[in-house]
Amino acid sequence: MANNEHTITIDGTEIHFKAGQTIMDAALSAKIYIPHLCHYPGLTPSGNCRLCVVELNGKDVTACTTQAQPGQQIRNQTPELNAARMAITQMLFVEGNHICPSCEKSGNCKLQAMGYYLGMRDEHYPQFNPRREMDASHPAVLLDRSRCILCDLCVRASREIDGKNVFAIAGRGIHAHLIVNTVSGKLGDSDIAVDDVAANICPVGAILIKEKGYVAPIGRRIYDQHMISDVAFDEHVPEHKEHGND
Amino acid sequence: MMNQYSNHCVDFNASHVLHRLYEIQHTERHISAESMTLVADEFKMSVSQVASVVSFYSFFYLEPVGRYHIQFSNCTSCGYQVGQLNLLEKICRLLSVVTGKTREDGWVSVGETSCTGMCDHGASMLINGMPLARLDDERITQISCLISEQKPLEQWPVEWFRVESSIQKHGLLLSETLQPGSSLKKVLVSAPQQILNHIIDSGLRGRGGAGFGTGKKWQFCRDATGEARYVVCNADEGEPGTFKDRVLLENNADALFEGMAICAYVIGAKKGYLYLRGEYRYLLGHLQNVLKRRYAKNLLGQSILEQAGFDFDIEIVVGAGAYICGEESALIESLEGKPGIPQIRPPFPVTHGYLGQPTVVNNVETFIAATHIAKNGSGWFKSMGTKESTGSKILSVSGDCRIPGVYEYPYGVSIQQVLDDCGADNVQAVQIGGPAGTMVARKDFSRQISFEDLSTGGSFLIFGENCDLLSVNQNFARFFAHESCGFCTPCRVGTSLLTNSLQKIMDGRATPLDIHEIKQLSALVKRYSHCGLGHTAANHILDSLQQFSERFEKRLTQKTFTPQIDLDAALAAARKMTGRDDADAHLE
Amino acid sequence: MTDHKVKIATTSLAGCFGCHMSFLDMDEKLAILSEYIEFNRSPFTDVKHCEPSDIGLIEGGVCTAENVHVLREFRANCKILVAVGACAITGGVPAMRNYFDLRDCLEEAYLHGAGITNPQIPDDTELPLLLDKVYPVGDVVKIDYFLPGCPPPADAFLQLLLPLLDGKAPQMTGEKLHYD
Ligand SMILES: Cc1cc2nc3c(=O)[nH]c(=O)nc-3n(C[C@H](O)[C@H](O)[C@H](O)COP(=O)(O)O)c2cc1C
Ligand code: SF4
Ligand code: SF4
Ligand code: SF4
Repeated sequence: MANNEHTITIDGTEIHFKAGQTIMDAALSAKIYIPHLCHYPGLTPSGNCRLCVVELNGKDVTACTTQAQPGQQIRNQTPELNAARMAITQMLFVEGNHICPSCEKSGNCKLQAMGYYLGMRDEHYPQFNPRREMDASHPAVLLDRSRCILCDLCVRASREIDGKNVFAIAGRGIHAHLIVNTVSGKLGDSDIAVDDVAANICPVGAILIKEKGYVAPIGRRIYDQHMISDVAFDEHVPEHKEHGND
Repeated sequence: MMNQYSNHCVDFNASHVLHRLYEIQHTERHISAESMTLVADEFKMSVSQVASVVSFYSFFYLEPVGRYHIQFSNCTSCGYQVGQLNLLEKICRLLSVVTGKTREDGWVSVGETSCTGMCDHGASMLINGMPLARLDDERITQISCLISEQKPLEQWPVEWFRVESSIQKHGLLLSETLQPGSSLKKVLVSAPQQILNHIIDSGLRGRGGAGFGTGKKWQFCRDATGEARYVVCNADEGEPGTFKDRVLLENNADALFEGMAICAYVIGAKKGYLYLRGEYRYLLGHLQNVLKRRYAKNLLGQSILEQAGFDFDIEIVVGAGAYICGEESALIESLEGKPGIPQIRPPFPVTHGYLGQPTVVNNVETFIAATHIAKNGSGWFKSMGTKESTGSKILSVSGDCRIPGVYEYPYGVSIQQVLDDCGADNVQAVQIGGPAGTMVARKDFSRQISFEDLSTGGSFLIFGENCDLLSVNQNFARFFAHESCGFCTPCRVGTSLLTNSLQKIMDGRATPLDIHEIKQLSALVKRYSHCGLGHTAANHILDSLQQFSERFEKRLTQKTFTPQIDLDAALAAARKMTGRDDADAHLE
Repeated sequence: MTDHKVKIATTSLAGCFGCHMSFLDMDEKLAILSEYIEFNRSPFTDVKHCEPSDIGLIEGGVCTAENVHVLREFRANCKILVAVGACAITGGVPAMRNYFDLRDCLEEAYLHGAGITNPQIPDDTELPLLLDKVYPVGDVVKIDYFLPGCPPPADAFLQLLLPLLDGKAPQMTGEKLHYD
């Protein structure tokens, strides 16, 4: 290619980017997959899951939070990075309670799909078996904190897209947990609605729409048919809703 | 009457959500859901923000603590394990209370907290937030008697609560005396850029650990565009084994505030904050008095020293038990009334800091050095130290030595020199820079304290011949697991996993395979975490494994694999419920 | 492939025999496979104790003291030990009791639950004692390979076994990988 004024190179492939794009944005537009769980195009990046760490000119950076700059040389698919991604995915598994065979999200779950993508066959680390509160108080939306991976997507989606402020993360260290922004702390007292982005964006089975479980039969669910690395390119949150749902 | 400190803190408690929550915690001994709703209303915050703040900081509790609430420091230097004696266990026994659980009658609760910065005073506790140091067997007995008699703290012997400034060696900065305002006066006759040039020329680098050029930082901030600029002093001093900022705050508060004002003059700030760790709340009255005096002398406030347009106010914000708030972006979050979660950098605070505006964050010692550089010139400062590390470093020396305390040396001093001065013989290892720093074995005691070699925020922990270094590693690992903010996966989960793995080694159940695992896990946490806490959290393990591998090997079993869990212990609950104790009710 | 038959032992710890059923789902391929393998201890054979074998397949997590003994017997006798299925690998559905204290589980089941006539927590020494939690088999012994799935599809068993019969390390492709 002629000049690298607006290009970066990922694993030897030179791609174009638009000013203001992050490395993740640029990669996704060019259909290059960089593993990620806490990022969703259209939301402010957070950088908490650490799966998208890439080597940028020899330094480790999260692709979702780093601006693309002309001429950057990036390494993404390396054995070390993928080994670390697998270890981080395993950490997310053991930290929560993930019993896939009994989970409504199974087959459509990104944590699971990340495991498939990385070839994860066991959880490797000892399980934490945390006891986390389930919240079934809302008529249409269920919150099962056991499966929450603290990706913060619901928090950001509610604030940035739904124009509400339903969720927050509280607690410190391994005690971090999702809370609901109501006096009772219950989802039933919040103004979340079934078609809010926040109610539908959870990558795992922590926020579920009630009475919708197991709709697609095994074999027909998203990640039965596709790799997460193929599905990722079509994702974008809807435009900001002015006043949520009335 | 603009130039009065009281105007700037009409109601200290209403000035910051952390202060308001502290007040509630102090009077109601916990923070109830109702209180959170109330505070959310008062501060125009969402209830979830208040709830996340309450659950982030260690000094806030959801359930009532005791009328006497004891928090033992669990640091290797000022912790509750004194030789063979476990002071925490002892007081629990004497007062019939279980750690972490408020006694049935609501009078007592006993728990642990990270290093309280009293390492020069031996075993220490905070009792209802007040430091009580020099604990020993006898004092613990006395304390438990007073608690049993329900004697109010005000009637306890005052000398128990005395905190001393154990300065053992005065160097460049500590031997300076400052006539309040004398440095500022000198500064005001020159243009800000000229002062800045002196600071740059002095080679002063940050004393908080990272060692960023102070002049360069101020220049960046001065050059950044913004609606306002802020000066923040980082007095969060949370690295276990560090207490020099405490001593500086006790003795050199004037020089500190003067340094902040000089910085304000240079960068064009109108407002400054001193972020004081919650453990040092006992210094609040003293610091406020110094501020009052400085306002009275027109060294703060409007038109400082009659210089029209030079207005600068300082407020104190007191933290509530979170080591991560020493990280500058987390500190700023905390200043803004949020949980202390480190932010994505860049942008750095110098361009996007407090309230999104250009902000200088410096350590206590850094500001004090700036004050004296402004007064004595950069040549004075550069006359000491090394090429990359000009001036002096104030160390907090503690652990296995005869004379713990604060020692100031020119940069470049060797570890051995410090050990000789503080009366430390038969030293096995020294931890430079606290748990996040570097473990140095005896063969390397000729190494020097400097940014070129071993940089440190000031913590200098000494481990003598008889010290079990593995238990030191375990202590450090627990510290990081407790202080991880929980934002990112590798540190949130990894620090807990490391603690468990070290425990397996301590228990003598680990195999060579486990050592391999712990190395990999350490490397992962170090490389993939979001902030400095995670980046450094496993250093002590990697250092130890490299330098003291035989100590690990000694604890290993010769088996090729051992269970993650103690299987026999895993049967205990069922044994108890069935009353069985036959051979089949046990496992090897 | 080797000239002598490869000896395979299998067992189900805290599992539902679903993995074993799935193994049998190989249908006609089973006939081909049987030319190369023979079963030692296994629900397929009724051999009571595991003898030295080439491959051990473990279904189910570790729930009781007896599970530990069986698992150890397999580890001691099998050259290659494979954790088969979600329960062996993670504890699976039986591990849902891990979110409760064992005491609460037992009291609910034997003292306070619906329709209990003779409330008493079983204490017969013939009964295997329960562990406080259900553990993945990999927490108790060293595991050489993991075969995820609930159950792993019949083809996955083949994918695992065929290379092993050849003395090679099995490679599982992403498409075959499933945790449910
Ligand atoms: C986990 C962590 C804890 C820190 N704690 C402190 C501290 O207690 N005091 C301090 O001055 N700097 C601390 N720092 C460094 C600050 O982020 C920052 O670099 C420093 O305050 C800048 O001041 P200086 O340039 O004067 O050193 C910490 C950094 C990290 C990553
Ligand atoms: S959330 Fe995903 S990984 Fe967790 S149990 Fe459900 S399907 Fe499995
Ligand atoms: S509930 Fe779901 S979306 Fe929200 S933080 Fe947890 S895992 Fe992420
Ligand atoms: S490294 Fe640790 S302290 Fe830093 S952001 Fe991550 S979880 Fe928080």
